[in-house]
Amino acid sequence: MKLILMIIFILGGLFFFSVGTIGILRFPDLLTRVHSAAKCDTLGALLCLAALMVYSGFSFVSFKLLLVMIFLWITNPTATHLISKAAFIKEEKNKKLME
Amino acid sequence: MIHKLLVFSCLFLSLTIILCMIRAVKGPSAADRLVAINVIGTKTIILISIVSFILKEAYFIDVVLVYALISFVASIFISNFIEKTGGKSQ
Repeated sequence: MKLILMIIFILGGLFFFSVGTIGILRFPDLLTRVHSAAKCDTLGALLCLAALMVYSGFSFVSFKLLLVMIFLWITNPTATHLISKAAFIKEEKNKKLME
Repeated sequence: MIHKLLVFSCLFLSLTIILCMIRAVKGPSAADRLVAINVIGTKTIILISIVSFILKEAYFIDVVLVYALISFVASIFISNFIEKTGGKSQ
């Protein structure tokens, strides 16, 4: 039971990581790349860490992994949002300079 | 069985890190590079935690915590720099 749950979680996480990487490589624009990178950051990391938590069972290591998971879910969308906002503001400044 | 699964996921993650590195080298603007480096940081966090389960060394998880903190601070600072100067140093 534990093995099946772990295989499902870790293969799902690797699937999201590979999809995000293909998106980062193949998408044409910065904002679309940011969109696919955010998928990779949140869902892939959550599923892989959940698989490791299932493997380790109820212990202190599992609690630390939960802490890492919560931290990643708070910080990674924030970082992605800030990067896209910075790129957008820079683009607006360039447009104003052109006019 | 579980050991083989963990080693496979390690190899797969390193492959995707190499593919992300292509975008980080090639990316036209600074924000592209920053996005790629951010994703590479997340993948490294997962890689270190899987390696800690392969080697059965529990204290690697502390390394993972510190790595997540530092990666977040670096990403915020560089995006602030891009917003101010447009990715070019004066």
